[in-house]
Amino acid sequence: MTTTAAVREPRRAVAPAAVGGVRRRRLPFSAWHLLLAPLSLGFALPLVWLLLSSVMSNAEINRFPPALWPHGIDLGGYRYVLGNAMFPRWFANSFIVAGTAVVSNLLLGALGGYAFARMRFAGSRLLLGLMLATMVIPFQLTMIPTFLVMKELGLIDTLGALIVPSLVTPFAVFLFRQFFLALPREIEEAAWIDGCSRLRVLFSIVMPLARPALATVAVLTFLATWNDLSWPLIAINHDTQYTLQLGLTTFQGLHHTRWSAVMAGNFITVLPVLVAFLLAQKTFIQSLTSSGIKG
Amino acid sequence: MSPLPRAVTLAPARHSTVARPTASRRRARRESATAWGFLSPSVIVILGLSIVPVIWSLLLSFRADDLVTPGRWVGLDNYRALVQDPNFHTAVGNTLLYAALYVPLSLVGGLALALALNRRIRFIGIYRTLIFIPFVVSAAAQGVLFSFILDPEFGVANSLLHTLGISPQGFLSDPGQALYLLVIISLWSGVGFCVIVYLAALQDVPPELVESARLDGAGRWTVLRHITLPTLTPVTVFLLLWQLIAALQVFDLVYVTTKGGPLGSTTVIVYFVWEQAFQMFTAGYGASAAYVLALALLLAGAALHLHRRRQNRTEGAVR
Repeated sequence: MTTTAAVREPRRAVAPAAVGGVRRRRLPFSAWHLLLAPLSLGFALPLVWLLLSSVMSNAEINRFPPALWPHGIDLGGYRYVLGNAMFPRWFANSFIVAGTAVVSNLLLGALGGYAFARMRFAGSRLLLGLMLATMVIPFQLTMIPTFLVMKELGLIDTLGALIVPSLVTPFAVFLFRQFFLALPREIEEAAWIDGCSRLRVLFSIVMPLARPALATVAVLTFLATWNDLSWPLIAINHDTQYTLQLGLTTFQGLHHTRWSAVMAGNFITVLPVLVAFLLAQKTFIQSLTSSGIKG
Repeated sequence: MSPLPRAVTLAPARHSTVARPTASRRRARRESATAWGFLSPSVIVILGLSIVPVIWSLLLSFRADDLVTPGRWVGLDNYRALVQDPNFHTAVGNTLLYAALYVPLSLVGGLALALALNRRIRFIGIYRTLIFIPFVVSAAAQGVLFSFILDPEFGVANSLLHTLGISPQGFLSDPGQALYLLVIISLWSGVGFCVIVYLAALQDVPPELVESARLDGAGRWTVLRHITLPTLTPVTVFLLLWQLIAALQVFDLVYVTTKGGPLGSTTVIVYFVWEQAFQMFTAGYGASAAYVLALALLLAGAALHLHRRRQNRTEGAVR
């Protein structure tokens, strides 16, 4: 099972959890299940309720006390949301913004990371330091002037205002640099000698080896851009340019009486990250922990 | 990786400097040009949208500016006004209370869960996934979901309380409860991150140390207290800093659930900044509030950094 491998299993008896575990393992049922099963179900409960309420009928959802379990599956909420002219558009907007961010972070991040890892040029250390330093600048310090910059560029109220700032992050550049530094140089040197250009070396030799780094950057970029609310809230006014997150917040106010539709919309918003997470769980968690501990 | 014949593997350019200085200099120059070509998009986007705004923001904080008409220089007036603004005081107080609850609870909860999840039993992968999954749900989606669950009229929370015989609560519409509920909602999603980081760190606890301690008759608590926790210290410091930054910057959840209300009980600093700049059109004032927050973050970061350095030094001495 892939989920089990998500975090490395203890290799041997590890303190203090597994101490005395030898005896316990022989039992068919561990007492820890009594603690862990309700706990983890408790964590899942709000999301279960999200799914359940999205398939409830209006009558069930507006009743007090509300029904705890839907009587049948009523897809009225979903039909309402998807039939709404705006919602599919917001979904598409979110996909365009997140998709562009993922592709461009992979491309520009790899280019930048490769330059830092393999090329010698004046000021490289200073530049790397500066880029890393920008990671600690809080967003709200830059949000007002970034709005002004985007206004100067004429991008406010267009998807461009959402795309440009997320084109490449210092994190992507840094992660690729670290990954490339760990690759043995010899693989590329043969190609250099054959007169291969740097660009070709990067794309035909190095990138295919960088799968883990590519996956990590892709997943984290997707998550960050898909889930962002604050920047779209500032940069976008017109509802045809809304992202899903932004649309959801106004949707909630507009359709207060139709909670099943709001919950259906919410579920559709959450679904892509859930799918992305479950598909890339291992990479995702590894990247979080490795970037975390070394951070 | 050595299927390549060794003889062909020439040393990189810099080693041939002695033999052909001009050619290598030309090559170095070309390499430098290539490097800048590779880097320029990142440099323009990253530095252009961080260094420029940081300076712009500082200048803005000394101005009265509504982002539309030309502003004017007011010096430190914005900062002086902040000191006297009761709304800003409330925002700072709310943010500090939120951080003071969220940070320790997420660390302690994360550690406890990680200790419980750090064992080889059936379904453990499923347990871990379930506890972690709220972390990937956006704050906006969380906000909408919990506004529904906690809705005083239609919410399932009140209906559960009803079956337990407890009178219905105002939840997010109650000034006395709203901020605490926001902490709980953030914990629901934020604890997972601490769990994952702690779980990874627990694998680095040296098993031979634990074994010898057990042989010496140390109990579970002693092992936890004297071996596990000290090993986890660097991770704890990292998480403390990370969660503190996250807590001081909380915005999305507040915007979706309470919009700073009721009665300003959930107005946090970032919400205050946003409101000033984009609702009240006093961007200069908002920028100065943002600078106060940034300085607080910087100080917190510096303090933790110093603490970590000192700790590393003492640890080194012990070893």
